[in-house]
Amino acid sequence: MAFLTDRKRAEGLGSAKTGTAHFWGMQVSSAALAVLIPIFVFTFGAILGAPHDEVVAYFARPFPAIITALTLVVGMTHFKNGAQVMIEDYAHGAARKWLIIGVICLSYAVMATGLFALVKLAL
Amino acid sequence: MADVNRGNRPLSPHLQIYRPQLTSITSILTRITGNALIVAALLITWWLLAAASGEAYFALVDGIVRSWFGKLVFLGSIWAVWYHFLAGLRHLYYDSGRGLDIPTAEMLGWACIGGSVVLTLITVIIL
Repeated sequence: MAFLTDRKRAEGLGSAKTGTAHFWGMQVSSAALAVLIPIFVFTFGAILGAPHDEVVAYFARPFPAIITALTLVVGMTHFKNGAQVMIEDYAHGAARKWLIIGVICLSYAVMATGLFALVKLAL
Repeated sequence: MADVNRGNRPLSPHLQIYRPQLTSITSILTRITGNALIVAALLITWWLLAAASGEAYFALVDGIVRSWFGKLVFLGSIWAVWYHFLAGLRHLYYDSGRGLDIPTAEMLGWACIGGSVVLTLITVIIL
């Protein structure tokens, strides 16, 4: 260790200029969700409980379908990044990596499933 | 730097050392509500997939979503989403460097708790 210079020891440990990317991503998705969530709660709440043919007709309309799709994609992106922070706080080593991979897979799976359902309902 | 101390450093005390405070409780609740909302997200996605799959499967999933269990999950999720919504707005306000003094931070904490209950009641009444 005595042969390492201070610079050599510090190299590669910095932010590599993307240190705030995760934080910024959370700010952007939270700002988007601050608008989307109130609209989604009442768009979705308005149709929950209706019979099947009404549900299909409802999501064939542009506004409910687009709001639901946007909320799903932005919401699951926000979940992916937020859950990652929680895992990084509580899990260590290999468990941390597997949990983060699992959360990312789950997030994209929910997005893909929801979008498929919406496309099928809308078209 | 050259003789940097590795391993034998003083560590800051962790959660269990501190007396619970409004600011810490509201912060932890933000994390719990945000992550717990995955249950509602899964239920809603399942319900959408069922609606796209046809009438018979929709009847099954819609029945589960509207059962007492589904209603309990959705009631909890409505409160969780409003709490997380308000706490997120508070976070954006904090991130701008404002509201960090103790009286304002505690006032914002009570605003999150009270506001989320009020918004939940309004949502339940409207829907």
